[in-house]
Amino acid sequence: MENSIYLDEARDPLIIAEGWMKDGKDVAIATVVETWGSAPRPVGSHLVIDAEGNFHGSVSGGCVEGAVVTEAIDVIDSGKAKMLEFGVADETAWQVGLSCGGRIKVYVERLG
Amino acid sequence: MDPYALKTLNVERRARRAAILVTDLGDGRDRIVREGDQVAGELGAAIAKAFQSGNSGSVEAEGRTFFLNAHLPQPRLMVIGAVHISQALAPMAKIAGYPVEIVDPRTAFATSDRFPDIALHAEWPEDVLKRQPLDSYTALAAVTHDPKIDDFALKAALDANCFYVGALGSRKTHAKRVERLLALGATADQIARIHAPIGLDIGAASPAEIAVAVLAQAIQAFRSRGLEATASARKSESILEKHDA
Repeated sequence: MENSIYLDEARDPLIIAEGWMKDGKDVAIATVVETWGSAPRPVGSHLVIDAEGNFHGSVSGGCVEGAVVTEAIDVIDSGKAKMLEFGVADETAWQVGLSCGGRIKVYVERLG
Repeated sequence: MDPYALKTLNVERRARRAAILVTDLGDGRDRIVREGDQVAGELGAAIAKAFQSGNSGSVEAEGRTFFLNAHLPQPRLMVIGAVHISQALAPMAKIAGYPVEIVDPRTAFATSDRFPDIALHAEWPEDVLKRQPLDSYTALAAVTHDPKIDDFALKAALDANCFYVGALGSRKTHAKRVERLLALGATADQIARIHAPIGLDIGAASPAEIAVAVLAQAIQAFRSRGLEATASARKSESILEKHDA
């Protein structure tokens, strides 16, 4: 119920990404683009990552952030966007999953 | 993501204006669409829907897949009058997802005892609205019954295109109010946007029931933003068709 009418600039992933960019850092932005079942974060949620693996925001409430950060560093290097899929069905393909039983699709792209 | 798109998006979000980031998931190209920008075709229809609902999602259009990330400002409710109705309205609106602020210069009314955990301004609307301007993602309900307090706020809400403007008072009271607002420079179209008597007609009797009626009307106004224009355009089209036939 904590709906602030103004952006929480210190915690807003897109504001942080812009700040990192201004500081000359390489940045990747991950976005939840699709969810099935009970996904912990809604479509449109962001995780932003820098080349050192620092991150802000969340795409799953903690379940798959580690894997997204690893992929994001790849994306920063290559400049090529990736579509990642996580969920119970992918447990063999991915070392991580969503314990709640949902599935999510996360788009990871480089900023700039 | 294009750095310019990110900058533009953050400017819009900071200013409490709605914007959608449209990303072509095939080639990664993206752009910002602001509310009111004209986008043609299937993609345009999907964008209009996303502005309406605030929901993000993927859409197939023109043989491509786009992701629409809708960034709508947090809608809020500004209540003029720290009265009995407001005591019920404030917690209800908060629960429904509409943060509330209450403005009333009468310090006997605007006390934190009467309004625990609610943003409260024991000041004139003129002073509060100068600091915190209204916008199209704000609903305003004027419930003091006192023209000295309500009128300025109502005119400001109409000028800022608040998505909902409601005013407490009988039809007779409202007729006098209309005269005063016209004298303040309000147009007939603006006057027509005021919901008065305030609240959906559910036969509300107690202050708490009136609060339910006001909140429901504000939510209805929010969820049908922009639809009136389309509906009236369709209506006049059908009248024209009939006329031609």
